[in-house]
Formats: sequence, structure tokens, C-alpha cells
Amino acid sequence: MELLNQLFVNPFVDMVAAPDFLLQVLWEGLVSGVLYALIALGFVLIFRSSRIFNFAQGIMVVFAALTLVGLYAMGIPAWISVVLTLGVMLMLAVTIERVVLRPLVGQPDIILFMATIGITLFLIGFGELIFGGENKQMITSELGIPTGAFELNPFGGFLLLEQKDITAVIGAVSLVIGLLLFLNKTRMGRAVRALGDDHQAALSVGISLRTIWVLVWFIAGVIALVTGVVWGARAGVSFALEVIAYKALPVLMLGGLESITGAIIGGLAIGILEKLFEIYWGQPIMGGNTETWFAFVLALIVLLFRPQGLFGEKIIERV
Amino acid sequence: MLFRTAGQFKTSYLKDQTLFPVRQDAILLGIILAFAWVIFPLTASEFTFQTLLIPVLVYSLAALGLNILTGYAGQLSLGTGAFMGVGAYACYKMITIFPEMNLLVAVLMSGLFSAFIGVLFGLPSLRIKGFYLAIATLAAQFFLVWLFEKWAWLYNYNASGAIQVPHVEMLGTPVAGPQAASMTQYYFVLVVVTLMTILAINLTRGTQGRIWKATRDMDIAAELIGINLLKSKLTAFAVSSYIVGVSGALFVFLWRGAAEPNLFDIPISFRILFIAIIGGLGSIMGNYMGAILIVALPVVLKTLPETFGIPISSATVEHLNVMVVGALIVFFLIIEPHGLARLWTLIREKFIIWPFPH
Repeated sequence: MELLNQLFVNPFVDMVAAPDFLLQVLWEGLVSGVLYALIALGFVLIFRSSRIFNFAQGIMVVFAALTLVGLYAMGIPAWISVVLTLGVMLMLAVTIERVVLRPLVGQPDIILFMATIGITLFLIGFGELIFGGENKQMITSELGIPTGAFELNPFGGFLLLEQKDITAVIGAVSLVIGLLLFLNKTRMGRAVRALGDDHQAALSVGISLRTIWVLVWFIAGVIALVTGVVWGARAGVSFALEVIAYKALPVLMLGGLESITGAIIGGLAIGILEKLFEIYWGQPIMGGNTETWFAFVLALIVLLFRPQGLFGEKIIERV
Repeated sequence: MLFRTAGQFKTSYLKDQTLFPVRQDAILLGIILAFAWVIFPLTASEFTFQTLLIPVLVYSLAALGLNILTGYAGQLSLGTGAFMGVGAYACYKMITIFPEMNLLVAVLMSGLFSAFIGVLFGLPSLRIKGFYLAIATLAAQFFLVWLFEKWAWLYNYNASGAIQVPHVEMLGTPVAGPQAASMTQYYFVLVVVTLMTILAINLTRGTQGRIWKATRDMDIAAELIGINLLKSKLTAFAVSSYIVGVSGALFVFLWRGAAEPNLFDIPISFRILFIAIIGGLGSIMGNYMGAILIVALPVVLKTLPETFGIPISSATVEHLNVMVVGALIVFFLIIEPHGLARLWTLIREKFIIWPFPH
């Protein structure tokens, strides 16, 4: 009885008793949800166009952020560093396509997946070799991101909105809108989507697989840079950032591996729900730190009822 | 020349289906076994035991378990580390609750616990496939490691939160704990690994192995020819987790001596997946080749600059190591996606027809 009370009554009582705290929790969840959605978006883009489950997306976030910070530390002005970092990400995309993906065309999915894990390890070693393993400060103010905070007083309570979080949300939303415009309105974007729909058909109408792959990996690199900047502003830049890549995986399960909408909605849902669960159920009952697994278990339960995720393409199997 | 098969006639089906249809294979295996059982233990130093011989055996056993699930039954799993953890913690609890228990029995029984947990987390595989399932097994990985950390009963309420292997004796000689000699531990591991390998070889080439392979190749087709997918997938999860659990118990009791929860975190799952894939999915021998490569590589990388007298700091070596392992994985996948075992098969075929090209 006591346990039931703790599970089903107390959390909601707490929520109603301190609505301003609830709002704060929701806001925090929303911000991390936006970041999960961004990383998941990088996964989805690559998966749609090449059926590659790109495990390296998380480390690309770290690598982009480290390159940016490293370049700035060498005395290059902040915005020029951003442009140079984009150049590095483009080079990375070309290299990966040329060295890793092209020789592996047509191999089973699991082999390509392993290859991206190989890329991940390589980038971890390479990044630590060049930039060192210690935690670094993201160049937030140098990039013109405001660092103050707004204080609101809803329900006579107290709510703190950090300006860099707001910038993160705005940045992520505009990135997503830009991406959707690109995919739907431009020639290249249509080619990416065509490749996602049907490889053979896309090739037969003259869409170049290689160009599109480089392009898609470069877009994933841009997304990684944006994610790296906003997450780095919150938590500093180090290889610990890699764990957020794992967080994007349940988002993918929940939303479906092919769906851009799914990645966004799934990301937001997981960000908010895991925060709520951690604060109201995890910490009082289970000793905390439930965020490491909650998203996975949630996604697992959803998958039991919808094996293709909430927005994934219906799985049709032929013998 | 060496592998000439001419003159080795088979006069019955039974003879054709034996483990070694070609005599030279049996001789080669005999030589390898002689090295493993006699020559290595006689010549190896303490360092070799601890950094090469025991780790290779433990990792290849874990990879063998994963390979049954992924290579034979086609269910991709990323949660191997956690199942090793279940085995290790189960063994620890049994040994601390019943100190009189024989360690061999405890190790073999601890696999049962992880088999049970494996079946539990294998249940979603009936509805989820491919990468979705791989991510689902990550749920096991993160949840179990979290449990190892939070459930204090598992580590006997130690202040450190880690498990420490107690002193265990068998037949009057210490086999686990700080006083055990490396050679005893090596032989202990070798016995278990040999047992498990014989079990795995015979399972995978028998009826059960064929059922698993049919499930792997196309599960709907397998269902149509009358294979019970529920049974096939769950037995794969059970057998795989059992072997992985046993390897986890060996990992802590016969090699590391102590373990913190984060030892079983995702890097070890990936390391074992590398071993299975670089060695070759769907091959028993590949696990050993993969394990030798993955275990020996860092050691070689560490000693190579020293022998040439190039001064490199240990941190740099560590980073270079990660980098080289990553590059090698990609390299091996490109030259032979089916792994080292397949590479050996090709070489062997060349040997058989040598010196002719066809």
C-alpha cells in the first residue's frame, strides 16, 4: 500500500503542490529533448539515404565541438573557426565516403554498422591525440550566445530560463526548418529523399550515390556541430558528451528509424518524460540516476506494441 | 602439399559428417591444443598469463556466446557486457553465501542466472528485429549496470560498491583470490573454455544449430517450414547468455580479481562484438582468432615503440591504440567482411590445391 502510494499518488501530489517546479522540470526536459532530437535527426538522415546505422553520430558531435574550441584556442576568431570547422566536417564526410563506405557498398547492414563503430573509435583516439582528453569550455560568449537568464514568476513561484537554453531551442528549430526546406524544395534535397525511397530507382534516373552520401554525411556533420555548440555550452566539451549519442538511440526506436517527424517528436517526448520520471519517481523511490536506462525501457515497451516505432514505415516482409 | 586431401576416402555418410573430414585439420588442431595445454603454460611468464593468455581465453568465450546469438541465430545484441556482469555477480553471491561451494560448480551455475535474464530480455526479439532489437538489448545493458550500482545486496553492502573476489581453494590449491597462481587460473579457465567450445561446436552443427541458422537466414521462411520461432530465438538467447555469463564469472574470478559496475559498461560489449565480427560471424574458430587480435594488438602497440627506442608517453600510446584499433576494424571489414575465419578458409583452400592455381 505504501509503495502504491509512492508510485501513483505522491508524485502527482508533488506536481500540483509546486507547479513552478514542475514547469522548471518540463523546461529542462524540453531543452535536452531538443538536443536528443537533433542527434536523432543526424542518424535518420544517414539511415534514410544509405541504410547505414551511423553509430559515429555521437562522436561527430564531440569532434566538431573539439575542433571548434581547438581552432579558437589557436587564435582564430570565433566565427572564422566555425567556418573552418565546417570545412573539417566536409573533409571528414569526403574521407569517410571515400575510405570506408565506398569499399563496403552492398555489404550486410551489420558490417556497415560495425564500420561506423570503427570510425567512432578512430575519431575518439584521433581527437584525444590532438586536442587532449580534458574538459574544455565552449566559446559561448565569443559566438554571441547570450549567457544570462530570465526569471519568471508563474503561479507565484519561480522559474529560471537560461538564455543559452532558449538560444539552443531557437537554433535547433531553425536548423530543422532549414533542413526540411532543403529536403523538400531543392534539387539536391529531393535527390536525398529519392535515394531514401528507392536506391535502384534513384540510381537509374541518374542520381549520384557518391555525391549524395558525401552531402548527407556533411549535413550530419553540420547537425553535429550545432549540437556540439549548444550541448557544450551547457556541459563543457569533452568525450563525456558521447553518452548523449546513446540517448538518441531510444529516440530512434520510439520515432522510427526513417522518420524525421518521429525523430523530433520522439526526442522531445523522451527528453521530457525521462526528466519527469527521474525527478518524481527515480530520485524518491529508486535511488536516482534512472536517466541512463529510462528512455530505453520506455522505447522497448512502445516497440512491443508498435515494432516499427511510432512513425516508422510499416514493415512489410516477403519470403 | 601440406593439406593434400588425395587418398582420404570416405566410405559412409557417418565418416563424411565427422568433425574433421580432412586429417590435416585434426593434426593442426592437435598442435594448437598441445601449445595451449602444455607449451604455453610451461614457457609463459606471469606477465604473459595476465595480459595475453587468460584474457584471450575469457574474451573468446564471451565472443563465442555472442556469436551463437548473432552469428548463428541472427539476433544482434549490444548487451553482452551486462550479461557478463550478471554471471559475475551471481558467482560472487554464490561464493560468498556458500563459501564451501566448488568454484567450478559455481562458475557453471552462474551462467544459469544470466541465461534466465537473457531469456527475459530476449522476449522482445519475437516482435522486434534488426537494429531495433539491437537498441532494445541496450536497454538490458544500461538497466542492468544501473542495477549493479544501486542494489547494494549484490555487492554485500561494500562501502566501495565493488566486488572483491574472496580466497577460494580447490583440492587444496588456491584458484581464485590474491594468492592464486596464474598457472592454476589459466588451467581452470582453459578447462571451462574447452568444455564450452565442445558444447558449442556440437550444438551448432546439430539440429539446434540448423534451426538457428534457418532463423537467421530468414525467419518467416523458417516459420513456414515448421520451425517454432519462439523456441528457436529464446533458446539462442538462453544458450548465448549462459556462455556469456560463465565467461563473465571467469572474467572477474580468474582474471580481474575485482570488479566495479562500470567494468561491465558498454565498451566491453563493443569489444566482444568486435571480436565476434572480426573473427567471423557464424564461426567457432573465428572467436579465438578475433580475441587473439584484439587482446594482442594493444600489447604489441605498447611494446613496439619501446623496442625501437622511440620515447612516447603512455597517454599518447593509449590514444594511438584506440585509433589503430578503430582503423583496423574498418580495414579488416573492407578486406574480408566475413572475418578472419573466412580468411583462413581461403588460405586453406589455396594450400589444398597448391602448387596448382585451380
